[in-house]
Amino acid sequence: MGGGGVGNGVGRRRSPGCGKDRKMAALGSPSGTLRGLLRELRYLSAATGRPYRDTAAYRYLVKSFRAHRVTSEKLCRAQHELHFQASTYLCLLRSIREHVALHQEFHGMGERSVEESAGLVGLKLPSQPGGKGWEP
Amino acid sequence: MWRSCLRLKDWGHCLRNQPPGGLAASVGPWPTRLSPARAYVPPTERKRFYQNVSITQGEGGFEINLDHRKLKTPQAKLFTVPSEALAIAVATEWDSQKDTIKLYTMHLTTLCNTALDNPTQRDKDQLIRAAVKFLDTDTICYRVEEPETLVELQKNEWDPVIEWAKKRFGIEVGSSTSIMGPSLPARTRKVLTSHLASYNTWALHGIEFLVTQLKSMLLALGLLDLHLTVEQAVLLSRLEEEYQIQKWGNIEWAHDYELQELRARTAAGTLFVHLCSESTTVKHKLLRE
Repeated sequence: MGGGGVGNGVGRRRSPGCGKDRKMAALGSPSGTLRGLLRELRYLSAATGRPYRDTAAYRYLVKSFRAHRVTSEKLCRAQHELHFQASTYLCLLRSIREHVALHQEFHGMGERSVEESAGLVGLKLPSQPGGKGWEP
Repeated sequence: MWRSCLRLKDWGHCLRNQPPGGLAASVGPWPTRLSPARAYVPPTERKRFYQNVSITQGEGGFEINLDHRKLKTPQAKLFTVPSEALAIAVATEWDSQKDTIKLYTMHLTTLCNTALDNPTQRDKDQLIRAAVKFLDTDTICYRVEEPETLVELQKNEWDPVIEWAKKRFGIEVGSSTSIMGPSLPARTRKVLTSHLASYNTWALHGIEFLVTQLKSMLLALGLLDLHLTVEQAVLLSRLEEEYQIQKWGNIEWAHDYELQELRARTAAGTLFVHLCSESTTVKHKLLRE
């Protein structure tokens, strides 16, 4: 999260040239994005056990990346749109994976029982031989 | 004291005695009896009951099939999406569930369900009005007065976004440090309302979701216009938190957890809007195939 700290945020990028260059710099290279997406698909396909090359997502991604490589440079807006969508999807997959991992690691235990909570502060619940009044 | 605490917990459960609306893959019904060991039992998670997820094209659009069953929305409508890429993304979400179905990770599915069912029954104008209303309380327009470094940081990071929005839409947006907020001319509201009106209803559900997550209309506009990446927009939205984290330290199970969740939701919202409002045409050049 934010490798160089807050100082390296948006406003600091003062690269010259058209605004598109700056945006592209923030997105990274298309091949990097594609590589990241394939890695994420590989992690996801561990759920089904099927190879990730079989999935519709893989086929669609490879097809669109290939198709947009052939366009001329004049249509760079469409290329940029595809790259933006791809990197957004990569961010989605990555952050879902990290979120689930964090959840498992820190919040996966559920709630403590009343006995355990009492034990945290060194108390014990009273035991009543007749049972409590409202319990069935 | 213990007895009264337990009794209060009891009441909470007695009130919740009907199962939630029938989602095709909803979690199981709430337990209506307290089990003696625990006061609160999380609802049982639905196990993954399907092997294959596939996409078919119907008349209304693309449909998702879980094995042979068609996916339905919580209000039992048929789940159809207009865009193939969106359908593939939703199918990937369903396919990536391991053992149990975690609906809270399936943001695109949730957004599609909201757009299809429209549970709050809002039409296009109401959605636009709700989104533009957020401009009054836009995060980017609210500045602090101290500490100095934070003021400086907000100026450096948020002012460029305001400048971009002013140039892009030709509107006037100010920032303020008072509790009353910036004063917005009526023309700003009109320009943004007409800009949002160019999106269809599905996209507007996504836009409203984005604005609510980022707590800022201007950041959402930046995302939609491809001016900001998701990571940048989330960083700008959480600017003060990041500042405090840098100063006082990071708590993984709280800060990182919230960051990843916000990133996931923002990315889902952005992707949803883009996929709902795009139309792809392929023009073949004569010289190449």
